[in-house]
Amino acid sequence: MTALELSRLQFAVVTVYHYLFVPLSISLATLTALLQTFAYRSKDPRWQRLTLVAGKLLMITFAVGIVTGLVQEFQFGLSWSDFARFYGDVFGPTLAIEGMLAFFLEATFLGLWWFGADRLRPALHLATIWIVAVGTLISAYVILAANAFMQNPVAYTLDPVTGRARLGDFTDLLTNQVVLAAFPHTIAGAFLGGGALLLAIGGFRRWRSAGGDVTGQWRLLVRVGAWTTLVSGTAVALTGDLLGKVMTSVQPMKMAAAEALYATQAGAPFSLFAVGAPGDKEPFFSLDVPWLLSFLATGDPTATVQGIDDLQAQYVAQFGPGDYVPVVPMAYWSFRFMIGFGVVATIVAAWVLWRMRRGRDLSPGESGLFALVDRWLLRGLWVVPVLPALAATAGWLFTETARQPWLVFGLFRTADGVSPGLTPVEIVASLAGFAAVYGLLAVVWVRLVLRVARTASDEPDEPAAAVEPDRPLVPSY
Amino acid sequence: MDLPTLWFALAVTCWVLFFVLEGFDFGVGVLAGALGRDDHERGAGVTTIGPVWDGNEVWLVAAVGVTFAAFPDWYAALMSGLYLPFVLILLALAARGVALEFRSKGGTARWRGVCDAVLAGSSLLVAALWGAVLGVLATGLALGADGEVVGSGLGRSVAPLVSTPALLGAALGLGVALVQGATFLGLRTTGPLRARARVAALGALVPVAVLVAVVAPLGLVAVGVPAVLVAARREVLAFAATSVAVAGGVVAVLAAHLPVVLPSTLDPAFSLTVAGAAASPGALRLITIAAVLVLPGVVAYQAFSYWVFRRRVASERVAT
Ligand code: HDD
Ligand code: HEM
Ligand code: HEM
Repeated sequence: MTALELSRLQFAVVTVYHYLFVPLSISLATLTALLQTFAYRSKDPRWQRLTLVAGKLLMITFAVGIVTGLVQEFQFGLSWSDFARFYGDVFGPTLAIEGMLAFFLEATFLGLWWFGADRLRPALHLATIWIVAVGTLISAYVILAANAFMQNPVAYTLDPVTGRARLGDFTDLLTNQVVLAAFPHTIAGAFLGGGALLLAIGGFRRWRSAGGDVTGQWRLLVRVGAWTTLVSGTAVALTGDLLGKVMTSVQPMKMAAAEALYATQAGAPFSLFAVGAPGDKEPFFSLDVPWLLSFLATGDPTATVQGIDDLQAQYVAQFGPGDYVPVVPMAYWSFRFMIGFGVVATIVAAWVLWRMRRGRDLSPGESGLFALVDRWLLRGLWVVPVLPALAATAGWLFTETARQPWLVFGLFRTADGVSPGLTPVEIVASLAGFAAVYGLLAVVWVRLVLRVARTASDEPDEPAAAVEPDRPLVPSY
Repeated sequence: MDLPTLWFALAVTCWVLFFVLEGFDFGVGVLAGALGRDDHERGAGVTTIGPVWDGNEVWLVAAVGVTFAAFPDWYAALMSGLYLPFVLILLALAARGVALEFRSKGGTARWRGVCDAVLAGSSLLVAALWGAVLGVLATGLALGADGEVVGSGLGRSVAPLVSTPALLGAALGLGVALVQGATFLGLRTTGPLRARARVAALGALVPVAVLVAVVAPLGLVAVGVPAVLVAARREVLAFAATSVAVAGGVVAVLAAHLPVVLPSTLDPAFSLTVAGAAASPGALRLITIAAVLVLPGVVAYQAFSYWVFRRRVASERVAT
């Protein structure tokens, strides 16, 4: 493989990995803050225990997010130095501002929150976790704005001498129509992940405590998790629809590739799935919903959607000879996996809530089809948090690969961005290193999460934290 | 002062804060394991940095971000040129960060032992590697006309690491981190750990003095002052003095070749200068505004966090 291909592979691996944890950090920070707010107002120990469960998950996940995020920041210089030179004027300030504005907040106040329970007044302690939550949202917004530039470059000029991008108005960069749509979609997707995790841990408690546990702790966990999943599942679909329309207007090729739509068509159908390779012009079989694609892309069921062939011809005229078609099966399937996994997770949450309505138990002793489903569900609930992670990964794979051959759409090609001096063996060595360390991290993360799940409702009541700032610190590590 | 020069100063400031703040927590990472005789004492050592290490590490995020924002060419040349050394640093930092955070979340003493070992090993590696990088920066890189380090195969980015300046830098980096860590532990603990930290600080100062005598004899003053203060049990002043010494060293390395920020060892014409590597005035103005608005707040709440956790950590066992 060439240095370019290896660099792309490494970027995909390392970035997707970062994004397995980041959505959980984002949603768990806000969920922990909400739970602690309930605990603070009601003084109910059940909410306090739940805060601790979510908080521990947050701490474990955050640590992985931090160390993999650091790699992200170096990556643009390590393997994409020419991209860094071209785009540095726009991306550098964005990244620097993200660090100053968001990462300092998150890191400092998370430390204050975790260690400060007995040194800060309860109201101040509550404020620290809210600050962390706000920090995660700011960092998500700013980095998505940077990514939106690559989807739809705005707020820049090209330097006539060097040909590099020069930053224009920063507020324009932050209000790129792509980030305005991508931010709510990404955040909704993040809550889908956090909700599914709490749901699964609650279900795990229920499953473990065969006779139903006395404290009813699992019920609360399941309900908080399932409601979060259901609401965010709905939000992710609504915002995804919005994002799709924006995407069609700024990158029509991406939508055409997502549908494997070769010929421009009015009233285009949406293909639910296809048999045969959608990369071939005629799939062997495709289950279509009439007009849906035109509606998704524009809001009008009879509108014309541009096909791949027309767009290719148009881009050749605009940018010169070249292949402007991304890998179509990749785009087609990743788009469907994103939607499909999310829908399944949402349906499970709705089912669980319906079965638990008005104080009913999940998987009661009764027989019948529904009870059978419940029992299987309880056993397989651990799959539920995996679904949003797969959906988000598929979403990013779609977003980033269906933009190819561009790194910055219409402006800068991926092939021009790789570090010119880099040699393939160096990348093989680094990729092996990342794979080893990240693999180990994932194993440890899963084991620690399982430990939290096992001990979720056995936590002793936290002693009413007396504030004693003058007492020497007792080692808590 | 024009904007690029101002930003050179600010970028150096971020790097200095990173090396001073993370420097001591690298040192504590090694020493908590080495000086703590049992699980409890090691826990006490780690607790001194537990609430603050992540905030310290964000100074690295800020330093890299600011370097990228203000001097894209410097960032690009440095990272791609020292590709494998930086990958190693990142891997070691990854291991270190999770060892710190996961230590208390695994439940068993055996698990904490594993985390302590990883923490000590990775902290040691990271301190040495950063020292080596500084050593390389003091002399420059084999930059070609396109701003990229020339060479082939693994050797391209590994070779700078095994040069004399890099090896001296590595030894010095490790030694200095140990001194910083030891003076910090002395300042933040009570009991046996505090006593051992003092001895460790004096012990680490000896090889550091020898190395400094080789590299920059004038720097011996910067070693002598902390040594006297540690011996005199002036813990606060000793920590302040080591911090100032580290800051001075980092500034000396980064500003040694001004107006060149990254010298090319092949041809001075290929060296990167402050003006040549700088971003556009618009970008510099934007980050100036951001820095003025945001950084004072950052310093204030980080100081608040140190103040909240100002009490010493008890390393002796207290009856419960
Ligand atoms: C939990 C995750 C999740 C779920 C269930 C969905 N998405 Fe999504 N989607 C993402 C997570 C995600 C993402 C990973 O967060 C992406 C990648 C880039 C981005 O901004 O969000 C994304 C991108 C993305 C894009 C591409 C934007 C671009 O390339 O510019 C579109 C059109 C949609 N989504 C639409 C949808 C629709 C119509 C969904 C239906 C129900 C949906 N998504 C579910
Ligand atoms: C601000 C944010 C981001 C920037 C600046 C960015 C930049 C890049 C760059 C430089 C590449 C390599 C060139 C290429 O292969 O196209 C790339 C590719 C890629 N990125 Fe992003 N990225 C960002 C966010 C993300 C996120 C969050 C994910 C996923 C979780 C992601 C997934 C990918 C994938 C899978 C590729 C490989 C695509 C391919 O090689 O075909 N990106 N992106
Ligand atoms: C490819 C571009 C990306 C870069 C350069 C990047 C950079 C970083 C860095 C340096 C950190 C560590 C901060 C610390 O030390 O505290 C981090 C963590 C984080 N990142 Fe990323 N990131 C990228 C992609 C993303 C995306 C796409 C999102 C969200 C949508 C995101 C959200 C976060 C959040 C919320 C954190 C803090 C929480 C955590 O540590 O899990 N990042 N990132």
